[in-house]
Amino acid sequence: MYDFELTRPGTLDEALAALRAEDAQPLSGGQTLIPTLKQRLAMPSVLVSLTGIEELRGITREDGALRIGGGTTHGQIARETADSFPGLSHLAGKIGDPAVRNRGTIGGSLANNDPSACYPAAMMATGGTVITNNREIAADDYFQGMFTTALEEDEIVTGVRIPVPQSSNYQKFEQPASRFPLVGVFVARFDGRVGVGVTGASEGGVFRWREAEEALGSDFTPEALKDMSHPADGMISDLHGTAEYRAHLIAVMTRRAVAAAT
Amino acid sequence: MDTTLKINGEERVLQADPRTSLLDALRHHLGLTGSKKGCDHGQCGACTVIVNGRRINSCLTLACMHDGDEITTVEGLGTPEALSPMQQAFVTHDGYQCGYCTPGQICSATAMLEEVAQGWPSHASADLSGGMELTDAEISERMSGNLCRCAAYPNIVDAIRDAAGKGER
Repeated sequence: MYDFELTRPGTLDEALAALRAEDAQPLSGGQTLIPTLKQRLAMPSVLVSLTGIEELRGITREDGALRIGGGTTHGQIARETADSFPGLSHLAGKIGDPAVRNRGTIGGSLANNDPSACYPAAMMATGGTVITNNREIAADDYFQGMFTTALEEDEIVTGVRIPVPQSSNYQKFEQPASRFPLVGVFVARFDGRVGVGVTGASEGGVFRWREAEEALGSDFTPEALKDMSHPADGMISDLHGTAEYRAHLIAVMTRRAVAAAT
Repeated sequence: MDTTLKINGEERVLQADPRTSLLDALRHHLGLTGSKKGCDHGQCGACTVIVNGRRINSCLTLACMHDGDEITTVEGLGTPEALSPMQQAFVTHDGYQCGYCTPGQICSATAMLEEVAQGWPSHASADLSGGMELTDAEISERMSGNLCRCAAYPNIVDAIRDAAGKGER
């Protein structure tokens, strides 16, 4: 690691003040940032640890949606949404492993926007909102490509608002060593609309498969997608799978998610 | 920078560079070499310790992030003369071969039984709202963060089931 200073503010205001230092960076659970620092792929001058800020944690029910604090861990989300939003609970409960889920946070994941992260698929499918210290950003506008978001330098993800669907399911085809999705698909069914969020597949990061959303909107069954395939253009090709393979998996995982959600 | 850690019930003041991982702090600064460094990337689980009652990878966290936290390592669970129930179960069932992953396995399993007692569901649970039976599939899923390159898994599962069956941790 390169040298840095670390501060541990107790309030959001203190954290925002500390972030004004040049090359300062927020540090949440650290399950991605700390390995990144070890590889010398990041060089912050100041790390602002957010784990001591009580107001960033917790899950509350809002009119038809869940409001989840940015500092809430995957483990807490898996436990506390089991009854209210089982699709999200399953998603959170399969991120990494139990020790990682006890540290990693939803705010950290969304700020990092790894192209294979799980939450972005749920955010896109449900039409969720990212809440920062000074504004609210719709998921469609927030994710702007691999590791790129609408966040400004001095913004912290303080929470998210996720509409709770009538039914939902997340299916991921795991890369077996890392357990990150090679392709992950979140399907959310609301009264009058269906959302399909796809992660892991595209060079452009998470996206909505709008053709599938339309077909499922009138017929929410796996058969509605029987003759539908996703084009391979723009999909990721690497040693784990070709663009064609990932494109194929998108349709397979979407059908499985629909079957499991009905 | 100074960090106060409550380790195995004892308050220790650590003076270390902010870059020091909790694992390096335990092993190199505080002389607690029970926790092991396997991958140093949060993938193997050999460094698992219990912080404020929750199991975490000590290689994936900085010591200075834990000012005031309560940390339990394998040394704090039991002693050679008075093993904890989980440590004794690993000995009884020969739940290891080379032993390198064992401290992490034991810390993880100890905290895992606490999670089960609190009704946390896992991906292997049929019912997400609690009351799960600790089947082999449940144990495997819940211990998925702890790798054993000797593949002593069958005996590890036996040991955990034994400790769980006795209602002891």
